Amino acid sequence: MKVFIVPPNSLILFDLVERYGHEPLSLMGAIHERIVNPEVESPPMNVTPEDVKKGLKYAGIEVPSGIRGRLAVWGPLIDQADAAVIMDDAPFEFGCVGCHRTDEMVRYYIKKRKIPSIVVRYPTNEEEAKLMVAKIKEFLEGLK
Amino acid sequence: MIKIAQLSCGTEYSGVQSEIEMAATTVGAKMVYPDVEAKDIEDAVDKFGFNPTSAQLKLMIARAVAVTEGKYDADAIFISSCFRCAEAALIRNELRRYVQEHSRLPVVTYSFTERTKSGQLLTRMEALVTIVERKELLARERQVGLTAGIDSGSSTTKAMIMRDNHIIGKFWHKTGEVVACAEEALDKALAEAGVKRNQLEAIGVTGYGRFTIGKALKCDLIQEELTVNSKGAVWLADRQKGEATIIDIGGMDNKAITVRDGIPDNFTMGGICAGASGRFLEMTANRLKVDITDLGALADQGDWKKVEMNSYCSIFGIQSLVTSLASGHALADVAAAACHSVAEQVYEQQLQEIDVRHPVIQVGGTSLISGLVTAVGNVVGERPIVPPNSQYIGAAGAALLSSGFLEGHR
Repeated sequence: MKVFIVPPNSLILFDLVERYGHEPLSLMGAIHERIVNPEVESPPMNVTPEDVKKGLKYAGIEVPSGIRGRLAVWGPLIDQADAAVIMDDAPFEFGCVGCHRTDEMVRYYIKKRKIPSIVVRYPTNEEEAKLMVAKIKEFLEGLK
Repeated sequence: MIKIAQLSCGTEYSGVQSEIEMAATTVGAKMVYPDVEAKDIEDAVDKFGFNPTSAQLKLMIARAVAVTEGKYDADAIFISSCFRCAEAALIRNELRRYVQEHSRLPVVTYSFTERTKSGQLLTRMEALVTIVERKELLARERQVGLTAGIDSGSSTTKAMIMRDNHIIGKFWHKTGEVVACAEEALDKALAEAGVKRNQLEAIGVTGYGRFTIGKALKCDLIQEELTVNSKGAVWLADRQKGEATIIDIGGMDNKAITVRDGIPDNFTMGGICAGASGRFLEMTANRLKVDITDLGALADQGDWKKVEMNSYCSIFGIQSLVTSLASGHALADVAAAACHSVAEQVYEQQLQEIDVRHPVIQVGGTSLISGLVTAVGNVVGERPIVPPNSQYIGAAGAALLSSGFLEGHR
């Protein structure tokens, strides 16, 4: 199944989803597609002003362009996701979308889609980390 | 190559990063992105004192701290974030203040949309480069020799002839075909000065048509209007030393520039709509059937409070004007309200992006509309200084600065 991860660039969540037999939907994948597409030239992320207009599907014209541009990348991933793993209170080193408003919108959009999802808190010690991995494992193994 | 440090949020996801880089490259500069270590970000945010929720804004702060502490080498700073983002707008403005308090680097702020193109950024980038590259030239306080300055503005073209720090000829008229208009203005200014074109030792050009005119007339100085107008303004106002704020409400856009010893260190440029520019006053004068040169005196006799007008959009502004005339308001009150509305827009849109320093010098063609000067005075809290020949700032600045090329050869 296709599992969207939040933060969408978390390597740890990506690895866990893949390890338990699912396809992670991540920022890395979406950006990779854009970067290898030789027809798009808008470095560094290859997000073009046209993409930003496509972001209007997820947020109105009065929403700042940076949010619409991000949603143009992640929105289609959430659209095709069968499930989601969401990490709360993660420090930015763990992975982040850079913009708090986008983060709020991404979480809202996952809820709106009513797909199976799990929300875990960022662990502060080894014990909590083990518990977090066990919870995610149980969730992912339970997906059919 | 001039290094402009980019402190920004959202440019890469708005599809405008390449436009920013293109604008910098066009003016011979390079955008650089100060390296910071992840562990230093929270410390920098602590030092700055404002902890935003968005991580990219934290990074923006850390980069600013790295540059101001000399940990990263840059010649100028460009602070930018998405238009309409409240959190970023707060950080953008406070960060600009922080940078100015902690360094002497020139800084410009800009809020972009996905429609931002390199052309819109060009003059701002060019000004940053000029401030860094031509520091000595900008420090020039006296004009020497026989030089000419041309200012090719969106509404009018101005020319000025100067000899040994004195104005000896000047002319202005409406802008049409840029080169022909510049030549005519120059020739008429030369005729007033009683000198021939081949006697000129240098010509400087600024304004929208500067590149085309510069090439056609083989000008010695081709420079953007932000630095040239600042120089012309402080020279005309005899305020070359110390701090000042220059307000130039133009036909197409407005400029608000803070200067220290005649050299700009922060500026904003733009105008959301013609309603915030001299163009709206032209439309007002036409509607009131008065000459634009009489509008200011008429406005000074009126009371802006008697008419409700907000020219955020020129179309709505004209609608308010028509409605107020229809309901029997006096022409003078309507003229005063139009002037006040433009001044208010400049205050809301531009003066919020700089810290107003005193004195305030108002220049450009619109500074001849006394009612607008009164209105600007009302919103900034002091009546601006309007120097003599205030509409010639660009031409005066170009003539003054172009003489800088002579001394080296003398």
